[in-house]
Amino acid sequence: MSNTSKQSGSLRRYILTRIALAVPMVLILLILVFVMMRVAPGDPISASQGGKLNAAELAARRKAAGFDAPLYQQFWDYLKSVVTLNFGTTFSDRRSVRDIIIENGGATLTLTAGALVFATVIGIPVGLLAGRYRDRPVDVVARLASTVSYAAPVFVTAPLLMLAFGSTSGQASPLIQLNVPTQTHILILDAALDGDWDAVGDIAQHLLLPSIALGLLIVGVFIRMIRINLIQSLQGDYIEAARARGVRERHVVARHGFRNALVPVVTVLGLQVAMLLGGAVLTEKIFNWPGIGRQLIDYINQRDYVAVQGIVTVFALVVVVISLLIDFVNALIDPRVRY
Amino acid sequence: MTEPVLSVRDLRVWYGTDRGPVRAVDGVTFDVRPGETLGLVGESGCGKSTLGRGVLGLTPAAAAVDGEVVLRSTGGAGRNLVGLPAKEIQRLRGPELGLIFQEPMTRLNPLMRISQHFEEALRSHEKGLSKQEIRTRALESLRGMGIPESRYRSYPHEFSGGMRQRIMIALALVLRPAFIVADEPTTALDVLVEAQIIKILADLRKNFDTSLVLITHNLGIVAEACDRVAVMYAGHIVEQGDAREVFANPQHPYTRELLRSTISLSTTGLHYIPGSPPDLVEPPQGCRFHPRCPVAMRGCATVEPPEVVLPTGVVSACWQQAIEAEPSLVDELGPGGREPLAAVEEISVADEA
Repeated sequence: MSNTSKQSGSLRRYILTRIALAVPMVLILLILVFVMMRVAPGDPISASQGGKLNAAELAARRKAAGFDAPLYQQFWDYLKSVVTLNFGTTFSDRRSVRDIIIENGGATLTLTAGALVFATVIGIPVGLLAGRYRDRPVDVVARLASTVSYAAPVFVTAPLLMLAFGSTSGQASPLIQLNVPTQTHILILDAALDGDWDAVGDIAQHLLLPSIALGLLIVGVFIRMIRINLIQSLQGDYIEAARARGVRERHVVARHGFRNALVPVVTVLGLQVAMLLGGAVLTEKIFNWPGIGRQLIDYINQRDYVAVQGIVTVFALVVVVISLLIDFVNALIDPRVRY
Repeated sequence: MTEPVLSVRDLRVWYGTDRGPVRAVDGVTFDVRPGETLGLVGESGCGKSTLGRGVLGLTPAAAAVDGEVVLRSTGGAGRNLVGLPAKEIQRLRGPELGLIFQEPMTRLNPLMRISQHFEEALRSHEKGLSKQEIRTRALESLRGMGIPESRYRSYPHEFSGGMRQRIMIALALVLRPAFIVADEPTTALDVLVEAQIIKILADLRKNFDTSLVLITHNLGIVAEACDRVAVMYAGHIVEQGDAREVFANPQHPYTRELLRSTISLSTTGLHYIPGSPPDLVEPPQGCRFHPRCPVAMRGCATVEPPEVVLPTGVVSACWQQAIEAEPSLVDELGPGGREPLAAVEEISVADEA
């Protein structure tokens, strides 16, 4: 057996093992989501109807909704709804949770992707520059900016951005009437597929500020992580060894420094996606962005536990899938990541 | 006698620190001839590694380098590497000057295959090589180190420490440098691997006439593998000469103490030199070894000893030999300068308390 085939074999084994390990993780997550919903006092019926209906009527409605069933029965139903990707029907407006996710998920996806692009495009070059020119002006400015951006929560940066650039960026103007057929449920993609470039431009314009507001949440971590990793990797023994072989300084920094510095950043990127989803909830509310996050807040206000449970479950599953993907990317970059 | 490949004259390497400059290498002079192995020995922290890096221009940006490092390539005139632009010395590293490191485990880029290390090294210095030529030369170099062809595309973490060190040597040799600094190449390896590596280095000079500076604190290795030896203490070379002569007949008290501290099967009691190497920011006045020297005289604490060439060809920097060789020098020690320095006793007592 040649060595190369041994390599790819172990990569396959790594991926399969990671997937197998994700199963118990998902199960624990589902239990957590379920228990948190039940531990919270009250239920959707008493929250929305308490005081309006008498006790007998409340009990009847509870029974109809299945809230009187034993917990294991309820959990079993919940598991079934997750496996079938159905997630039940909301109490407040009788919508299928799956439809909410399909219809509004695209907007959240667009926003999160926009924020990730912003954080990557700004964070990686700035972090690399700061690390390469440590303690020079560029590093000092980058460090300061990253601390500020990291410390400022979305509910502070978003209104500030609105105040400063709301009118000039066209954020405040209403979205032009969209008349494109729905194909992917991702508005900007649908518009592009339809060839309606005015609409694409308009959506992109409206995407700009929310993406920056959300991206600022994680760009600071990016800059800091990349900076410190580059500084560490530039002090690495293999860097000196490459210099001792007369490798050009430009190649030493790029090939040996940057690449090794970016490995841990990939891991952090995965963790930051979870943070982005949390931040998206607030960002969507502030910018009136039609994503799942905004829906989630509305449903929480209505104590619609089926909707909340469904949306939170989807968020949790997305985070699990992303962290799985990140592990695969890591294994592809770093040959030492194997079981 | 053939001209030296490398002549180092009065080399100084100082590091700036908050407390002032650290004189890691302070006026070092030596020659290395083609095919010759010079052993560089001394305690940890005496400047051996800094000296090795100083020769290759690999000292950190914060270090100041002064003196002369003259490299004579085959058929070329000598040129001083100190003060050479970074770009030019970078071109010499690899094809002219090689460096082998102490800890092989971390010296290869973990994300790069062995093949990519060779491609990078060869392409850095020889333009227009085909992938096939690179492969042929890399495999030839690896084969010489006992690394089979099937491992060419493996990653560093798939090798043991000893194998990685052999890969590092193969990487240094693929460019055929005339001069190599090996900085404690076996310290991190077990004894069997150590013997293997030393044998490889010894074969080098036989087969390619490669000159070697072998930095080590293992005196056994020096006796085994070196033609000449230079003993370093606190940034100075205190004794230098034919390896067998120095070991059979050590002149400088530091060399004598160092040899007495060697552990062997016939060792009955452990001997060590009391105290520790001096602070290189404020080194002791006079002879730097005087606070630990068993035969120090009063004058040793004030006046730096001259280097004297003894009849055996050994160069030693110690007042004892200087006075013997040139009795008139005694005046420099001042009145009462030959009285024994009693302070030594107090220091070793304080050290143990």
